[in-house]
Order: sequence, then structure tokens, then C-alpha cells
Amino acid sequence: MTTLNRRSFLKASALSGGGLLLSSFIKVTDTRPPVVDKAEMQMVFNQLNGFVKITADNVIKIMSPNPEGGQGVKTSMPMIVAEELDVDFSKIIIEQADLDTKHFTRQFIGGSQAIHQGWKALRTAGATARQMLMEAAAKTWNVPLEEISTKLGVLHHKKSNKSAKYGEMATAAAQIPVPKDVKLKSVKDFKIIGKSQRNVDLEKIVSGKPLFGIDTKVEGMKIAMIVHPPAMGLTFKAVQNELAIKKMKGIVAVFPIKIFNDDYEKTFFDTTQFNEVVAVIGNSTWEVMQAKKSLKVEWKEAEAYAEKRNMNGRKTTLNIPAGLESSADHAKKFVEKMTQSANVRRKDGDIETAFTNAAKVIERTYNGPFLAHNCMEPMNFFAHVTDEKAELIGPLQKPEFTEQALSARLGMPLEKIDIKMTRLGGGFGRRSYAHWLIEAALISQQVKAPIKLIYTREDDMTAGIYRPAYAAKYRAALDADNNLIGFHVKVGGMPQSPLAPNRFPAGAVDNYLAEDFTIDTNLTVGSYRAPHSNFMAAAEQSFLDEVAETAGKDPIAFRLALLKRAKENPVGKNNDYDADRFAKVLELVREKSNWENTKATKKLGFSAYFCHDSYAAHVLDLEMKDGIPIINKVFCAIDCGIVVNPNAAKNMAEGGIVDAIGAAMYGKMTFTKGVPDANNFHNFRMIRHNEAPKAIDVFFVENTEDPTGMGEPAYPPVHAALANALYKATGKRLYQQPFNEYLQT
Amino acid sequence: MAKYNLKINGKTQQVDVDPSTPMLWVLRDHLNMVGTKFGCGMAQCGACTVHLDGNAVRSCSLPVSVVGKGAITTIEGLSADATHPIQKAWLEHDVAQCGYCQSGQIMSATALLKNNPKPTDADIDAAMSGNICRCGTYLRIKEAIKSVASPLTPNGGKK
Repeated sequence: MTTLNRRSFLKASALSGGGLLLSSFIKVTDTRPPVVDKAEMQMVFNQLNGFVKITADNVIKIMSPNPEGGQGVKTSMPMIVAEELDVDFSKIIIEQADLDTKHFTRQFIGGSQAIHQGWKALRTAGATARQMLMEAAAKTWNVPLEEISTKLGVLHHKKSNKSAKYGEMATAAAQIPVPKDVKLKSVKDFKIIGKSQRNVDLEKIVSGKPLFGIDTKVEGMKIAMIVHPPAMGLTFKAVQNELAIKKMKGIVAVFPIKIFNDDYEKTFFDTTQFNEVVAVIGNSTWEVMQAKKSLKVEWKEAEAYAEKRNMNGRKTTLNIPAGLESSADHAKKFVEKMTQSANVRRKDGDIETAFTNAAKVIERTYNGPFLAHNCMEPMNFFAHVTDEKAELIGPLQKPEFTEQALSARLGMPLEKIDIKMTRLGGGFGRRSYAHWLIEAALISQQVKAPIKLIYTREDDMTAGIYRPAYAAKYRAALDADNNLIGFHVKVGGMPQSPLAPNRFPAGAVDNYLAEDFTIDTNLTVGSYRAPHSNFMAAAEQSFLDEVAETAGKDPIAFRLALLKRAKENPVGKNNDYDADRFAKVLELVREKSNWENTKATKKLGFSAYFCHDSYAAHVLDLEMKDGIPIINKVFCAIDCGIVVNPNAAKNMAEGGIVDAIGAAMYGKMTFTKGVPDANNFHNFRMIRHNEAPKAIDVFFVENTEDPTGMGEPAYPPVHAALANALYKATGKRLYQQPFNEYLQT
Repeated sequence: MAKYNLKINGKTQQVDVDPSTPMLWVLRDHLNMVGTKFGCGMAQCGACTVHLDGNAVRSCSLPVSVVGKGAITTIEGLSADATHPIQKAWLEHDVAQCGYCQSGQIMSATALLKNNPKPTDADIDAAMSGNICRCGTYLRIKEAIKSVASPLTPNGGKK
């Protein structure tokens, strides 16, 4: 299982090791660098370290440590540093840091944790730099440190009427020992955090400047593509027409590559569907595409094997069966598994008696299909590998892990591997599994040239690593007074279980049972925006709507009563949500959507979920027109603590809602004898402009809690809000995704 | 291989490529103009949208050999410094998330407004539904288009 306890990866803060470098640097080039010219890249990147850099002539630069894939961290992380540094945010330069494990921790996209886990380190980085500048000023002016103040990048000493720009003290400040225990601002004094700042890359985005990995071009670079087996369960046997391909115009080389060695113990993100693929290398993309079409490869059926994994010392084995799988068989396996015993993950009270004594029992089964990620920028990576070093440039989510895998594969120490992160044209989990980086490196090594590997859309969509397929059976027991006295979930995934057994409604029901199972498959899976939660919320929140209806209760009031119970008299001790904060988002969305006054007349669907440390609740308002749902409005309430960049956070919620409506309505990846049934956007339906909601209103709970996730939490509750509204509009409950297919039947 | 003199963003550029080469790859590989993006290669996602004589076309499915004397406009041709009214509207609405699809979105929107300066919501949907955004920024895109189409900015001020 590719799950990850992210906390186990947190090192000591970068700062405790003196990681902050307040350096004077000489050359300032424009710093949100176009990844175009290699010489320029080296000039810009290699000399720099740390979070804060200030030149003697007062150019202030803040490094953004984590990869940026649309979640907005390249704006919001530097905002947090700038807040404590006390500078004018509009005047600083922001630069994407390279992978740099010396100065930064947790440089990755995953789990909506960048701001949550980076909060203290980012603030401390800014505050420490400010403190060092103040100490330098105090020393230079020979005055007590306590008398130094700062305002927007200027140091002041009022008594002597002295002032200096940060730049004037930067060289001296760099000599000051890194202070410990610097004082952080009080939340009420925030001037940058909480005020919307525009995406720092937006001007470049709207004018078509090179920003993405696929835009990388260096002198002498070749284009590489791969050909992978046409079906899951097949593997490479032989290239049949190598000579003919090599003779094609513009083609340089054709050869197979093996991504992971047989004896390699995989870690968290070392996932690939096809361990051996054929590389085609040429001078231009179109020429390589033509050669790829003409390439003839013999494939063979792969054997079953046990994939050994070493998750930070925890060794696991994943059984990969042989065979060419079809979705129809998968469905049968889920039905079969539901009748068999499963792993009990949590049990409270006496579930059997509760169901025996129940006045009413409701039982429903939900299904969710495999899904392809479909990042708009197809998978790609630049590599230049020589005997001395490996230089990699491109979009990826987990550079530190991928670097380790590459180091093992090339037998090259980490110091000789340099990974530069470009903006990601979407990630959504897919770019955590950077097998294509290793492919690019192996290709470059073999052709002895810089290369850029590009996947076609078809390669991207049919190369594996999907959201797992899931099924869940829910049972609820109501007593004669319509109280929920028993709750049972049995859920399974192929090949990962999505169950989070201690989430709501655990803790709110006396008799509770959560169990799970997995089903082996040779299809590879991986994180997909709000992994597992994206299905659990869909099933659970659809089910609770039906339970509330059966109990004759308002769906919001029904959940609030459960949350009240969980707050006042919780069942069990391991409930992983704060019932009070959870209840507040339900109340907020109820109020803002005018639920009480409109629920009788409008077709409203409600749903709420807690994941990634944040709470989200939606009310979705739709109507049916010629059998097609028209979504008039979605009201969304979120508690993610302090909102660092409100307009960007709102954008994330809007996007999550649109994206999830698309997945719920249209998303599916099915297989016929191992062959993915969709391979491009003509047969994998994505939500489009005309299908998006007409309006989305986002409301944040105002509080001073440390910030939590925003990239994912708005997504999971959407499916059920939609399903519950569709039920109101059509009288039809939806148990299977994509809803579009089942609405018609 | 064949030589083509292409009119791109008001300048004539010569390339020597196979006649079947799509304009997308002529732009990206041969002219180093990477603002036009590769998304699907089959005119399904709109990431590669450019203008051919003022109309939005999908450059991934437009062979260089059929362009002839047609004038091509790419995202780089709107303005180099994000000052075109549509680009400004995108900035004002902080539209993008990952941003990858946005040059295609902007080119579709520009062509729409050129041919229909006051589009209705339905006109916008019809013109823009060939452009996919996986991040889901459709509402902001629509607002940005409407702000250019209407005399008022979203803040209520006159342009």
C-alpha cells in the first residue's frame, strides 16, 4: 500500500540546523526563471540557498520551497515568510527553490500539508531573518537591539533618527549567528496573511512564458517518447522493427529501458505500471510521434509476482497477480468480497444487538470506478545524465523520494543528482509517481545527450496509476424513535482500502463497526486528489442523507445532532475530528445557503466531510432540464484555520467543486482484457465550461487556528451533495459513479 | 521536408519541416514559442488554441501545409507584457491555478470577443467548451470574459 505517514518524514526544522542563510548574493537575474537556457539556469540557481536572500542594493528574494502545481504555494508560502520579515510583498522577488534537503524539509505536494506543516518554519524563517537584520543594525549603529524597529523592509532607530534599508545591512546580517527562539507576530498584527495576493506567476501564465517542464529546451536536446504495453498485465518481449525505425527521418535511437531493477526495494512513490518500456528518441516531437506509431513491439503476459516495498523501514509485500483483467470481473470480485469476512478496524458497543433490536435497518452499497488523473500537462521530464552528474528539470510532486529512487537506479550518489522543479501543469497525485523521471534519466544516459521525455495524452492516460476502484456497504440501525443506534461500514478497494475508521460518524454512535478489505489487481493505483476520502465522503454522505430521510429528519439537523453527541459524550477515544469545529461548518453553510427557507422549494443537496485537517460542507442547488442537471449554485463552508491567501483559497474551493462534479458525473476508467477503455479526451469525459455550476459561494469560518489543508478538503463532499440534490430533483438515489450513466437508466 | 513562410504574430518566419507537422510542434519545437500548449493531440482539449485569420483553431490538428498565407496569432502575439485587455482581465480575476490550459483558454476567449463583443453566458459556454481545465477555473474564466465584454469592471468602476 502506498500510504504514508507524512509526519514520520518531518525532520527537525530546517532552521534548527542553521538552515536559514541570509546571504548577500551578487548577481540578480529575473528569478521566476524560464526554464529555457541551461547556462542561465545554472547562473540563477547554483549560488543560492535558504529562504531569504537580500542583495546589498536591496533586492529581497524569498525562496518558495515546495513544488507549485496550482495549489498556490508559490504565492502563499512566501507570503508567510514576508509577513514575519516585514517587507512589502509586491516588491519582493519570489523564486522556486530546487530540491535542497539541506535547507528545506518536506519539499513536496501531498496531503494538503504545505501550509499546515510549513506554518511555523516559514514564519520562523522570516522572523529570524528580520532579527538578524535588526541585530546587524544595532551593532552597526552601536545602539541597543531593543530600540530597533522595522517597517516594510526598512530598519529604524528612532532616538538617533537613523534608518537603513534591509539591503544596507544584509552583508553584516549574514555574519550574525542564527538566533534561536525568535518572537513571532501575533495573529492580530498580520498585514500580509489574510489579504489576497495574486498568483505570483500569473503574468507569465497569461503571456505564454515558459514555466512548465514541457517548455524546457536546452542546446542539443533530443526528444524522447516511450511505448508501453497496450494492456495491463503485459510486459516487454522484443522490438521487431528497430532498423526500420532508426532509418526514419529525424530518429536517433530505439531501445528498451528497465525502470526499476529486479532486486530494488520500492519505497512510497516508486510505482509504475510497466517496468519495461521502449524508448524512441529523435530530433523533434512530431518525428518521434511518427516513429512511435510505426514501431512494432512484441509483448508477453507478465507473471504474477510479489512486489517488495520498504516504507521507511516498514517492509510490506504487495501481491501482483498475472492476467488480463476486465472491469466486469472486478465488479464480481467486489460482490464476492462483500459476503466474506473483512478486517475489523474499529468496533464500539454491540453492533449485532443494535441491528437485531432495530426498528428500521437501511443497507446500501456504493461503487466508485478507477479514475485517470488527466493533468493537463502530460507527463514529461528533462534529463541530462553524464558519468559525472545527473541534471533533471521538470514537474513532480515528491522530488526527494524520486531522487533517492534515481540514485539507487543509476548507482549515483545523491550529491551528484540535481533536481530542478518547474511549475506543474496539474498534479492531483499523479506526479507523485515520477517513474518518467527515471525513464528520462535512463534514456539520456544511454543516448549520451540531454533529452526531454514527453508522454502523449494516450501514454499518459493508459500508463496506469489510477484512483483505486472502491465499493462500500453501509448499514444503519434506527430505533423506534428514529435514533441512530447502529452504524456499520464495510469497504474495500482495489488494491487499497479507503477506510479511515475513526472519522465521523465514529464517536457519535454507540454501536459502530468499521471493517475493510482489499482486492489484488495488476493495475497500479496512486493518490488521486483527496485520496480515499474522495470515495468515502461520496458513499457515506449519500448514505447519511438516506438515513436522515428514513428517520424523518432534516439532513443537516440529523448530522448536527450526531456531532453534538460526539462533542458532549463521545464514543471511544480515537475520534480524529473536532466535533465542534465540524458542526460550525454545517451551521455556516446552512445559514449562508438559506437552507431552512429554500429546502422545500429548491432541489438542494447537502454533504460535509472532514479530511486533511480541514472541515468542509456544501449545499448544492440544481434543476433538471431535458434530463440534464443544471447546477445553479454551490454554497461551500470551510474551516481551514487562518486563511493565508483568501482569494486563492476561494479559487481552490471553486476548482475542487468543479473538478469533483466532473469526476462524479462523468469520470471512469474501465478495462477490457487489460486494455484501458479510454485513452484521450474523446472517450474520457471531463467536465467542461457549460457543465460547471453557474455560481459558487465560498465561506470561511473565521478563527485563529493554525492553517490547515485547502488543496483537497473542498473536493470529497461534492459527490454526495450532487447525488443528494439529484435525488431531490429526480427521485432517484445514485449508488454508482459516474452518475451520468445511472441517471439515464 | 518543405520550406514554409509563415505569418506568425505579424512576422514572417521560415521553417523547414515535414508538411504533416502540426502548427503546435512548428511553434514549440521549431520556433521556440512554447506558450501554445500540448494537451491531447486530437483537438479535444483546446490547450493548443491559436488564431488562424482571427478564428480559434486547435494547432495540434492543423498541419503546417494548410496554413498557407493565413495569419497565425499565438498567446505571445497578444502582448508580451500581459497588457492585452483579456490578459488584464485574467490578472484581475486571478483566474489560474496550475495555469497550463490558460493560454488556450485566453486564445479561445479572444477569438470569441473579437467576433461577438457582447457574448451571453450561452455564447461563452458554446465558444469555450472545447477548452478543458482540470483545475476547474471555469467560473473565473467566464467572469473574466464578461468583464471585458461589459463596460464595468467587477469592482463596478469604469474601464
